[in-house]
Amino acid sequence: MENEFMKTCLYDSHLALGAKMSPFAGFMMPIQYSSIRDEHLAVRNHVGMFDVSHMGEILISGSDAEAFTDHIFTNEVKGAGAGKILYGMMLYPDGGVVDDLLVYCGFVPDVFLLVVNAANIGKDYEWIKKQAGSYNVIIDNQSDKWGQIAVQGPDSEKIVTEVLGLDRAVSTVFYTYFETECDGTGIIVSRTGYTGEDGFEIYASVEKTVSIWNELLKAGVTPCGLGCRDTLRFEAGLPLYGDELSAQISPVMAGLGMFCKLDKEEFIGKDALKEQKASGVSKKLVGIELEDKAVPRATYPVETEDGRQVGVVTTGYHSISLDKSICFALVESGYSVLGTKLNVRIRKKVFSGTVVKKRFYRTNYKK
Amino acid sequence: MSKVIDGLLYSESHEWVKVDGDIAVIGVTDFAQKEMGDITYVDMPEPDDEVSKGEDFGALESVKASSDLYSPVSGTVVENNEALADAPELINKDAFANWIIKVKMEDMSEVSDLMDSKAYSDFIEKQ
Repeated sequence: MENEFMKTCLYDSHLALGAKMSPFAGFMMPIQYSSIRDEHLAVRNHVGMFDVSHMGEILISGSDAEAFTDHIFTNEVKGAGAGKILYGMMLYPDGGVVDDLLVYCGFVPDVFLLVVNAANIGKDYEWIKKQAGSYNVIIDNQSDKWGQIAVQGPDSEKIVTEVLGLDRAVSTVFYTYFETECDGTGIIVSRTGYTGEDGFEIYASVEKTVSIWNELLKAGVTPCGLGCRDTLRFEAGLPLYGDELSAQISPVMAGLGMFCKLDKEEFIGKDALKEQKASGVSKKLVGIELEDKAVPRATYPVETEDGRQVGVVTTGYHSISLDKSICFALVESGYSVLGTKLNVRIRKKVFSGTVVKKRFYRTNYKK
Repeated sequence: MSKVIDGLLYSESHEWVKVDGDIAVIGVTDFAQKEMGDITYVDMPEPDDEVSKGEDFGALESVKASSDLYSPVSGTVVENNEALADAPELINKDAFANWIIKVKMEDMSEVSDLMDSKAYSDFIEKQ
């Protein structure tokens, strides 16, 4: 059964740690080691680490790499500078999202590393190749060569400097990275993450990833599964492709227009986004806070006070850090204003709620 | 090992029943609370709501999942355990001490196809 799924380089370690494993994006991944709650709180209060080796890495190089990356990407790499990281999306011409991703601007000219969602690696790679046309670029899917560990939480800087000896981490600000040699192999260390806390993501060869993981384990860093990765990113207001962004949910609908540079000369999907901004979108992503402790979950209907369905929950939890039941929901635009009263139907009952800001938890990034 | 208590009756969906005259006191088993992990919410019916044997009457919510509760008997809810509204974690602390609802049974013969403690112990062994 498990043979049908891919394994990351840390698979054996997860089993040895007694993780509860489950398929995710074609990989057998750890959902939790101890409990989602304990792991979530470890990241919020101290430090935790995630195996995110399933994420995809696609390298774009060649003399047109900059122009081509800006052609397929909503944010702008031109002028960003070496060592910068940009968040944005790749779009279809109609403004639907192919994927959301990070672009690492290379320390040598004309090199960009795209870090994409595991579930979309194959689709993204095909999409990127298809757009290349007459651009002089080399598109290299390096996903199998890289392992990746995310070290997240307020103690992350202390851990990566003291345990891993990565002293340059101290002067590395949010959304930048450095490359270094570690026992003779090149690694990438970026101040990024998907939890709303300070933290680092470390990319290394699969062998090196295993040794870094073991060093961090020995130092007492809490291993954390995908269960709390979702509760953490959700509280921090961060979207998950497939839930809050998709071919049907554009960045304008998701409230992520700030990552789409409409003043850029061109990019795929730009005209559609401009049109959506000018004439408005039919649906918008909102945050809803419920008065009760009942848990709103994906697909549950969102209704007006008189019982008309105007939307659907995309992600919801009883928030661990805030002790409140909250959700993201995609609703008709007329109901997206902060303070609007909206109800969520949970099984047979209806629970009252209010539209609130999507960033439920105050993030603690080191800018 | 999950705790099982003698003198109670058990369903295959891991509810326990204590029969007290024509009243069925219903909760979930220790096995069920362990499977769920940290319970964050208990969705309970209100007094005077009707419940039917084999149909869902509410749910337990944990961080990741929700799990329906199935009524082992048919009848009318006479009381729900209000303490669980504020402290759902009581079920994790002691699933047998913290009942969820009390139901006035329509047909007391319905409890005859529930398991006794020995049969339930064997049942969860195989899970």
